[in-house]
Amino acid sequence: MSALQFEETKTIGAIKFGVLSPDLIRTYSVTQIVIPETYDEEGIPIRGGPMDRRLGTVEPGVRCETCGNFISLCPGHFGHIELARPVVHPLFAKHIYLLLRATCRVCGRLMLPQEEIERARRRAKRLEERWPLLKYKFGESVAKKAAKNTACPHCQAQQYKIRFEKPYTFYEEREGGSAMLRPTEIRDRLERIPNEDLEALGLDPHSARPEWMVLTVLPVPPITVRPTITLESGMRSEDDITHKLVDLLRINQRLKESIEEGAPQLVIDDLWSLLQYHVATLFDNELPGIPPARHRSGRPLRTLAQRLRGKEGRFRGSLAGKRVDFSARTVISPDPKLSIDEVGVPLDVAKVLVVPERVTPWNLEEMKELVKRGPLEYPGANYIVRPDGGRIDLRFVKDRDALAETLKPGYIVERHLRDGDIVLFNRQPSLHRMSVMAHKVKVLPYKTFRLNLLVCPPYNADFDGDEMNLHAPQSEEARAEALTLMLVHEQILSPRYGAPIIGGLHDYVTGAYLLTRKGTILDKKRAALLLLEAGFEGPMPEPAILKPGPYWTGKQLVSAVLDKSFSFEGKASVCRKCEVCLRELCPYDAYVVVRSGELLVGALDKNTVASQVPHTLLHEYVRKLGNERGRELLDGLYKAFILYLDLYGFTMGIDSLDIPPEVTKEVGSIMSAAEAEVEKLIAMAARGELEPLPGRTLEDTLEQRIMEVLSRARDRAGELASRYVGMLKEAVIMARTGARANMLNITQMVAMLGQQSLRGERIKRGFTGRVLPHFKWGDVGPRARGFVYSSFRGGLKPTEFFFHAMAGREGLVDTAVRTAQSGYMYRRLANALQDLYVAYDGSVRTSEGFVVQFRYGEDGVDPAKSDHGAAVNVDDIIREVLARRSGG
Amino acid sequence: MEGRVTEQVVRALLKPYVHVLPPSLAEEIVRKVVAAGLSEDEAREVVEAAVAEYLRNLVEPGEAVGMVTAQSIGEPSTQMTLRTFHFAGVRELNVTLGLPRLIEIVDARKTVSTPIMEVYLEGEYAKIREKALQVARELELTTIENVARAITIDYVDYAIVIELDPEMLENRGVEPRDVAKALNRIKGKKGSVEVEGLTVVYRTGLDDVAKLRKTYDKVRTLRVKGVKGIKRAVVRYDEKLGEYKIVTEGSNLVAALSIEGVDYRRTVSNNIHEIAEVLGIEAARAMIIREMKRVLDEQGLDVDVRHIMLVADAMTFNGRVRQVGRHGVAGEKPSALARAAFEVTVKHLVDAAVRGEVDELKGVVENVVVGSRIVPVGTGIVRLLMQYPGLETVAEGAGST
Repeated sequence: MSALQFEETKTIGAIKFGVLSPDLIRTYSVTQIVIPETYDEEGIPIRGGPMDRRLGTVEPGVRCETCGNFISLCPGHFGHIELARPVVHPLFAKHIYLLLRATCRVCGRLMLPQEEIERARRRAKRLEERWPLLKYKFGESVAKKAAKNTACPHCQAQQYKIRFEKPYTFYEEREGGSAMLRPTEIRDRLERIPNEDLEALGLDPHSARPEWMVLTVLPVPPITVRPTITLESGMRSEDDITHKLVDLLRINQRLKESIEEGAPQLVIDDLWSLLQYHVATLFDNELPGIPPARHRSGRPLRTLAQRLRGKEGRFRGSLAGKRVDFSARTVISPDPKLSIDEVGVPLDVAKVLVVPERVTPWNLEEMKELVKRGPLEYPGANYIVRPDGGRIDLRFVKDRDALAETLKPGYIVERHLRDGDIVLFNRQPSLHRMSVMAHKVKVLPYKTFRLNLLVCPPYNADFDGDEMNLHAPQSEEARAEALTLMLVHEQILSPRYGAPIIGGLHDYVTGAYLLTRKGTILDKKRAALLLLEAGFEGPMPEPAILKPGPYWTGKQLVSAVLDKSFSFEGKASVCRKCEVCLRELCPYDAYVVVRSGELLVGALDKNTVASQVPHTLLHEYVRKLGNERGRELLDGLYKAFILYLDLYGFTMGIDSLDIPPEVTKEVGSIMSAAEAEVEKLIAMAARGELEPLPGRTLEDTLEQRIMEVLSRARDRAGELASRYVGMLKEAVIMARTGARANMLNITQMVAMLGQQSLRGERIKRGFTGRVLPHFKWGDVGPRARGFVYSSFRGGLKPTEFFFHAMAGREGLVDTAVRTAQSGYMYRRLANALQDLYVAYDGSVRTSEGFVVQFRYGEDGVDPAKSDHGAAVNVDDIIREVLARRSGG
Repeated sequence: MEGRVTEQVVRALLKPYVHVLPPSLAEEIVRKVVAAGLSEDEAREVVEAAVAEYLRNLVEPGEAVGMVTAQSIGEPSTQMTLRTFHFAGVRELNVTLGLPRLIEIVDARKTVSTPIMEVYLEGEYAKIREKALQVARELELTTIENVARAITIDYVDYAIVIELDPEMLENRGVEPRDVAKALNRIKGKKGSVEVEGLTVVYRTGLDDVAKLRKTYDKVRTLRVKGVKGIKRAVVRYDEKLGEYKIVTEGSNLVAALSIEGVDYRRTVSNNIHEIAEVLGIEAARAMIIREMKRVLDEQGLDVDVRHIMLVADAMTFNGRVRQVGRHGVAGEKPSALARAAFEVTVKHLVDAAVRGEVDELKGVVENVVVGSRIVPVGTGIVRLLMQYPGLETVAEGAGST
């Protein structure tokens, strides 16, 4: 029974907003603050000053005079200031304005006929239940309507126009000229508005009487929200709000004295408006129309509104986003030998991050051992939590052996992280849910987090200095959710497009291709080595070649690992897109067929093993056999791919880009032909013979034609050159298989870079009439407008290099601008959609229960489980049924 | 071997699942099963396997589909180009695409940076190029300037002399009469219009040079023919449909739909608000989906339609087109805390105070803000009440440890 103990916890059910009444402010207050000074000569807070000890404590070792607690427990207490004269609360000025206009200046009634007020009240009440926000809009429209009346329908009093001067001054335009409304007068008028009329405006008079918007008493925030900072030099520095309060108190005192002395009205009004200014800037120091209150150094003060606002403000910075404990961050580096579910954690991190483990009769001995080893020896423990909640820090325990013996079931030992513990791993920017995934810990030497290369795509990580964060969940629920929902292999299929986001890139693709392409044969040693790496258990498959010795093909090894129930058919990336597809008989081995786990034909490449590509072998494998088997494939076969790449000795050098000299010459002749054509176009344009395209100017047309000619020529040159590089060269292997780069990149390396462009046009800005001083005025030829004839291999000319740099710079600027824009769009989308969820009836609803979709996505299918968007792959089912027919 | 199944048989097999499978999927099964020439037993196998797979692929209740959608659109948008313009299939016309257009759609802007209409045609207008061109001329806004070779002011007679360009007249399908008619519409009491071959003289009857000049400017841009707001209309052959259609720069749906030859069933504009106003909210939803999909496809970004649909639905589900953001979906949340946590924090708090609002803490951010550990999506929607015999205290949900 005692194991099932539930603490009664208080939960917040709802939060009510309202305006504090003067009475309430006084009730909450522990003391009135009157003295505009903080500390006396000895540095003791002055009683009755803004740092009064009764307001709470921020100094260590000092008890709060109100609640008797030390800093960690004292919540802080409000005080209050009795204002010598009322002032307008600047943030409510807009609401005051609306109310002043909508109500009678004499009787305070809402200036609408009684029936209409009644009707509005009933309507507001009805709206409250359905669309609260609409109620407020309705209330505003009622107020606007009432404001139009020039005479009160209740007491027939003539109304004057009210002028509102931002941020807090009101004038009434009477016959004799406009007169300023003093806060006292405003307060009197607001007081006269009856509760019933306020309800008609959609307001709640019980939580916000309008006269409370004119302050007579000011709450003084507790010291805990405006702590004193003590610098190393012993200098004390007060918070901005404290400074503000001191100023405010000083003026308040002077105003009070002036009134008591019976000073002339002019002096009183001056001080009054100064008090108003100080109160206004205490609430918001960025009000339009008034100068911000400044610190002695000239820095504007950061007062209440500034603390709430913005990215680093209370709301977005401290409440919607919080800082956490039990986390670690360091550089990441690759480790292909780890499972995709694992993360390599440095020993030093494992000794700091802890997992609370409850002591039971079954783990008692183990826990004792951990406690004895202490915080410095791994694996050990850092803390013990007693059932009464007391924490023992093992760093300061002298005799840990004795302490260990006191361990009993019910204690909690906060032990070091160890292999198999579940942790969350994250890389910013966390753009999608795969940016945070659960991994199993593998404690390793050295100082970096290690991760399998196959999980780079979801994190969008590389190893050029990237750092990542690690979090150790502390509760059993958190660990359970992490394990069942967030584990890496549960995230193989992306909900964005229903295809694997985890999978091979770069070397994995090259390796897969080299291993499985036609002609790859392996001797016994290599075959066995690869099978071992792939996690294959069982007898070696029958060798494909017996003489001159046993040899295996790469396809055989893949077949050995695949599940025997798995079948697949698809085109490889090396496919040449022939007019008539010979399918299984493809001469390029680009048609992949797997039947009953046997890779019959086809070389594996991007379209079969890579991530972020739908309908690959990997995709189908995961879909049909599940995430767990998918993980096995990724942990086994994929490891063999890169091992084979090692054995093969794959490398690329300058000789990968060699082409015969006569080809270079031919490329040159293609280009000179193109140049001649451009010449001709320019000449034609000069003579006015060029027919402009509809809707374009002559220059535009010429530009477009030139660009067409040049790009055609470049394509031809590239095609020619790449034909001579041939399939055997490493660069081409990588491009064709989709591992990295494309044929265009190879063209740029061996033949020419081609046109450099800015904003989609040839480069034309720079000096007057020319881009660089190396060219003649008005030269619009290819060279002068950024066409690069050189190849990367041959090297660029200085002007060409400059053009290339210009285009490169554009790309960088573009990226910088884009991240900001898309980041903001993402934030808005997230904020608008975050409350939507699928209800048990299959509909999509908001947190209020409004139906957004009757059925999610019209068919209720989860995109992550879909077949690249399709609810069910009917073709596949039919194929399977047909296969059974021929088989049985 | 048994005979092949007929369509009727497959439909009969699907009968028990009418309320389970989406109609499109059921149709697909019928079509493909019949085409594959399966036997009845095999067809049954296919149907059962398809139903099983469909049920397996359904979303889990509680799934935070909104957040997943936001991520699925937000994440690829970081990879988009900023390049604004792209050809709308026709070389002469540019459309905004890429990230700026995506933002425009999500913002539900009232004015689109490059308004475009795709005007589909009916009957023979769609088949014969000349007929299509005729419609295009009706659409394209033609001003006097467009058809004149020269427009001069005669200061002696206080007249404006328009010399028409025969080629342009032909091109735009305008007669000198039409020009005169257009002028007659503005001439007022005193003026008169004379037509002499290709010269149109407009005697203003004014006596003030300044006014004459003003009239001159007005005359230059006077509409002779076409639809207001449509700067250009280009006829284009749609290979897929095998018919002619018109793409216009500038949009004016109301006017375009009433032109003869225009197929009002298919004609669309890329202005979401215009669509909502003219064709209704469902059409606006469909257009949001179509436009977003187009932008993403053009950039080669793979995003499931279901995500795009959800954005479109969130923007339109209450019958108005609302933007995603401060002045729309995110700004109209019932929770003051949620609004404050998004943008314009202080204003939302102050308004909430004046109105005496109550925040019921039903949404995600509100619960994060107050520090509750359960957020009402995903596994957080589970509300389990367990009664332990002999235990007075009852734990609710996953809140207590």
